[in-house]
Amino acid sequence: MPKPILTIKNLTKTYGQNVIFQHLDLTVNEGDTIVIIGPSGTGKSTLLRCINLLTRPNEGQIWLDDLEITAKGTDEDQVRQHIGMVFQNFLLFNHLTALGNVKLGLTRVKHLSDEAATEKAMRELNRVGLADRANHYPGQLSGGQQQRVGIARALAMDPRVMLFDEPTSALDPELIGEVLEVMRQLSLDGMTMLVVTHEMGFAREVADRIVFMEKGYIVEEGSPDEMFNHPKFDRTREFLWKITELYGKKEKEAE
Amino acid sequence: MDFGQFISYIGSGTVYTVGVTLIALPSGLLIGTILALLYVYGGKAAARIMNIYSTVFRGIPPVVLLFILFFAVSKGINLSAFWAGSLSLGVVSSAYQMEIIRGALLSVSGDQLMAARAVGLSRMQAIRNVVLPQAVRLAIPPWSNEAAIVIKDSSLVYALGVPEILRRAQLIGASSQQYLLAYLSAAVIYFLLVSLTTRLLNQLEQKLSIPSNP
Ligand SMILES: Nc1ncnc2c1ncn2[C@@H]1O[C@H](COP(=O)(O)OP(=O)(O)OP(=O)(O)O)[C@@H](O)[C@H]1O
Ligand SMILES: [Mg+2]
Repeated sequence: MPKPILTIKNLTKTYGQNVIFQHLDLTVNEGDTIVIIGPSGTGKSTLLRCINLLTRPNEGQIWLDDLEITAKGTDEDQVRQHIGMVFQNFLLFNHLTALGNVKLGLTRVKHLSDEAATEKAMRELNRVGLADRANHYPGQLSGGQQQRVGIARALAMDPRVMLFDEPTSALDPELIGEVLEVMRQLSLDGMTMLVVTHEMGFAREVADRIVFMEKGYIVEEGSPDEMFNHPKFDRTREFLWKITELYGKKEKEAE
Repeated sequence: MDFGQFISYIGSGTVYTVGVTLIALPSGLLIGTILALLYVYGGKAAARIMNIYSTVFRGIPPVVLLFILFFAVSKGINLSAFWAGSLSLGVVSSAYQMEIIRGALLSVSGDQLMAARAVGLSRMQAIRNVVLPQAVRLAIPPWSNEAAIVIKDSSLVYALGVPEILRRAQLIGASSQQYLLAYLSAAVIYFLLVSLTTRLLNQLEQKLSIPSNP
């Protein structure tokens, strides 16, 4: 029996009159890598932000393991340390070194000693291949390196699930590979991952399931094989075709 | 009497000038920082109150405020002219320093706060460990400006009888009838104090600057 880590039921989010999504259901099982795709403005980022409570849904429930995190009186800070988040524009703390970025949550939230935090942080930096850049500041790192530090920072908290919001779309094409490679390895290591991305190569190869979202609805979800080769809906086929085409072109330009 | 004697007589008031500054600037910084944090993170009501505080205190000449605060304070508690004047100047400066810190806090992108919350830091922790350290760096250049202003405004306590540089210049000018020389000496000392301070703060700015690739 697969064990659900994230269970989303009937989730609705509106900004004023603007309905971002409605009655959304999604389950993420332990060890799964789920890729969410969909056009711009569909609510993908908003969904991720709802999951780690950076914004409050208007209706519906989210469970992390057996805990309903949308319940009244939930300790948000407590919940967030169990959910890792990786941002499109990295959002490293500019005034801290790579090591300092990874250590901050360990010392302030997990209350590890400085020594223990350094050791743990170095292990995570090593995992993303950046142990030799530990004392560099974000401004001294390439975009790809910054994003890998961002991943290490999230991993250091030993999260139950990692959320990625277009982690490579702000990167120069030649830097995308190193970040995707770290994510692929993470998926192989059994991390539970929810990834918003338009990297179809990654989705095809790494995802257990692909979720196609449009205009606030989940149009279709299935295995990469189902989605790429026998989609149930024309919209899915069209979108995948368009995105593969677009992405293929970008790749060619980079060569 | 020669210039050297003028400088040494007037210069002995430097203790008071520096003393007033060293009380007024930090107390203004402490109050200003707390008020700026309330302004930016304390909600609408707090922001409105801080806005009034800032507008009122910056809309009145410092010397007028100094007199008001001095007489208000010395009515309540028995403070020497030196302490009452210094603290009053600190309050005047706090309004300016609040605006400096507020601007710096707002210049740090809200995304930095969000990223810190995503790691699990509380709002207070995120502000303290992520926003403030970056804001402090941004605040140094305008703060250096304010430090220079407070050094110069410290001359206002002469009106309360504190024997600082300007007061002494006035005294020696009157007794020697060489007013020009007396005030020139005072000007030289103020100028040296201000440029030394500015230079030290410049060095601090360099020292704290975050390394990045050219
Ligand atoms: N804080 C906010 N206030 C008001 N509207 C918002 C807010 N955040 C997002 N929106 C709106 O919600 C909609 C969905 O935004 P969201 O960023 O979740 O989409 P997305 O699927 O991530 O798009 P993209 O691919 O461009 O990142 C957009 O129309 C956006 O304008
Ligand atoms: Mg988005």
